[in-house]
Amino acid sequence: MDFVNQLQRKFIDYSSSLHREGIVDDQFTQLRKLEDENSPHFVMEVASLFFEDCEKLINNMAIALEQKQGVDFKQIDECIHQLKGSSSSIGAMRVKNACIAFRSFSGAQNREGCLRCLQQLSHEYSLLKNKLQTLFRVSVASRCLYVCLVIFCRENEPAEPFPDVLVFQLEKQIVAAGGSIPRVH
Amino acid sequence: MAEILATTKLDREQRQLLDVMISSGDLVLQLINDILDLSKVESGVMKLEATKFRPREVVKHVLQTAAASLRKILTLEGNVADDVPIKVIGDVLRIRQILTNLISNAIKFTHEGKVGVKLYVVPEPPFAKEGSQNGSAGSTANQSTTNVPKEETCTSTSQTSSDQRGFHGKKHEGSCQDRSQSERGTPVTNGTIDVTEEQAELPETTVWIRCDVHDTGIGIPENALPTLFKKYMQVSADHARKYGGTGLGLAICKQLVELMGGRLTVSSQVHCGSTFTFILPYKVSLSCDHSDDADDGLSDMDDHGATDDDATAGFFQFQPRTLGSLFSSNGSSRTQNLLAHNIGYVNSHKINGCSENCYSFPTSNGQTKEMDLFEDACSVAEALEISPEPESSFSHSPDHDNESAICRDEHHHNVVNAENKVSTRDVSSCSETSREVDVKVKITEPQLPAERQGRSDSGFQSTLNSSREASNSISKPKILLVEDNKINVMVTRSMMKQLGHTIDVVSNGVEAVRAIQYHSYDLVLMDVCMPVMDGLQTTRLIRSFEKTGNWDEAAKAGIEKPSPSSDSLQPDCTPPKRIPVIAMTANALSESADECSANGMDSFISKPVTFQKLKECLEQYL
Repeated sequence: MDFVNQLQRKFIDYSSSLHREGIVDDQFTQLRKLEDENSPHFVMEVASLFFEDCEKLINNMAIALEQKQGVDFKQIDECIHQLKGSSSSIGAMRVKNACIAFRSFSGAQNREGCLRCLQQLSHEYSLLKNKLQTLFRVSVASRCLYVCLVIFCRENEPAEPFPDVLVFQLEKQIVAAGGSIPRVH
Repeated sequence: MAEILATTKLDREQRQLLDVMISSGDLVLQLINDILDLSKVESGVMKLEATKFRPREVVKHVLQTAAASLRKILTLEGNVADDVPIKVIGDVLRIRQILTNLISNAIKFTHEGKVGVKLYVVPEPPFAKEGSQNGSAGSTANQSTTNVPKEETCTSTSQTSSDQRGFHGKKHEGSCQDRSQSERGTPVTNGTIDVTEEQAELPETTVWIRCDVHDTGIGIPENALPTLFKKYMQVSADHARKYGGTGLGLAICKQLVELMGGRLTVSSQVHCGSTFTFILPYKVSLSCDHSDDADDGLSDMDDHGATDDDATAGFFQFQPRTLGSLFSSNGSSRTQNLLAHNIGYVNSHKINGCSENCYSFPTSNGQTKEMDLFEDACSVAEALEISPEPESSFSHSPDHDNESAICRDEHHHNVVNAENKVSTRDVSSCSETSREVDVKVKITEPQLPAERQGRSDSGFQSTLNSSREASNSISKPKILLVEDNKINVMVTRSMMKQLGHTIDVVSNGVEAVRAIQYHSYDLVLMDVCMPVMDGLQTTRLIRSFEKTGNWDEAAKAGIEKPSPSSDSLQPDCTPPKRIPVIAMTANALSESADECSANGMDSFISKPVTFQKLKECLEQYL
């Protein structure tokens, strides 16, 4: 089981680093708490939606800033507002802060400033996406590893018991994947 | 790999594995899934199901799914012979798994041309009889008259001697090389098993169906054929590098096929293509089928109300990225209509801005591959659990600059719970409404007006109660969320769900007023900054109504008054009850708070919305 513990620790470390680096804040922790057996992938789902939304908005702003005949700062303002709201809701702290900075430039109708901010925003978004996707991968991979272990262990009756809540989660996932839980007597 | 996982030491190899996992979870995930399957099969704990299913539908669906994620120009073709029964009994999940694996292999190794599936009935193959003769010791029947591969296990005996509908694939004493040692099977002395006598006791007959999966791909060199089905073997190291994969797919397929009493073989020519063939026995119920729909092990969203046309259509062809399929003459273009009839889905997802591919098949639009796999897994499980004809319809909060069509047929509402598996089955996470929708629609009484239907500019998910509701006190408080940001909606809704509440959602002030005109709410959570009509103005209008008892102010602002029928709330005598309106504000500066209360709001919650803030608010105002 040491391997499993190592993996778990790695996941926790990585997750903590995200908080330490300011990529995510407490709100993200709130979201994690919303996951239960009824919505086990909630964070991934919200994050996916956010990524899509964010990309769309960044794109729209880029296009708006390129307009030769005149930049529609009002539109940019609205985009920033939306993005600030979403990023705040999911706890994407650095993206949110980038939006706040952006807003002052768009309010001042400063095109150059806006372009710089957009670049910064883009950068923060990429960073967030990268980090979160890695987090999800580790989380999913470790969940699957646990699955293997549960099955293996149930067949082999190890000395160490698994934490119940994990077992419950895993059983659900196995069944959802079309498998059945072997009962070892 | 399972052994590696079970050891307690973490050696260098495992450490490497850990790093690999973190940087490329996909492959490992796949590997884990495969290993899981294989160990299940090998350890003998895999229990085979016996459910009725329609082979044509399975073929069609597997091809459809493959076509949806096809990234190269290939034609996928399915051909089911006429003599294949409409319904057969077998382990549909496993069969589907085998078919999917073979087809995805075929696609992987084919760069141009065609991948085809052919399904047809064949006479009982020699290996079946031979398998049933394993019980005899020293019997002449033991002589193998066919080229049966050496690795064959004795599991085939379980099939012919089974007289139950479900059966377990058991592994006998290790890999059964010495067949005469088998303890199972009807004892045979003269080399034949009396199959007919056995069958006479069953209400079913057995039909052997052969499936050829052929491709025009790179082919397999002859020297690679013997090890093809072995675990972890791929044709070459270069092969593995170039094409990826875990090397387990065929081993699993072979095990599964043999477990079910069949055989998996291959023939191939380098540069021309390959054909993988599996032959399986299926039971067919001889009794009349018409009442058996409830038994169906497979009930896809696509096939709701599947007509006989779908059941008998035998030819399918798919190209990449087509949602529909070209049916042969006896096919139905009704499928398109069925999809449209399945209300809400088509409209709602287009409006939510998802590409069409989103709602039908899992894609990787902005979501991780892991989610695809999970959704696939969940969707398969859910597909099996779907009860037919949900007759559900729901509307959703549309984008503020789009009109939504409300699709509601009030006379056919059933109670549908949040886990409406039909809706989650085909929807990717880009459409948050379907994942999180908690739609409870009760049977409404006829006096609700027809005009509530089809109101094109007010869409909202609602909990419809009977019209008596206005005067009764309901145990469950009705909460309205007015918020335009989809992500905020998703988060807030999830938090409310944890607090035990379901909410209605609208995305601007106009819709909020409409909602309040027709329903009585116990609490309104109002976003301040919204398009079309902001939270401040909306609250002013609501307060005006509560003060005057009419919606004149709203009418001045351009919102139609509710029609004077019995459904619209509040009989004229009693003054309307004051609804608590809570502002959800992005900046909680004091001036903003003052502005909120000046406009009639009772309190505010500063964003981002947290569980604690909501909890306190509910405790105070509900």
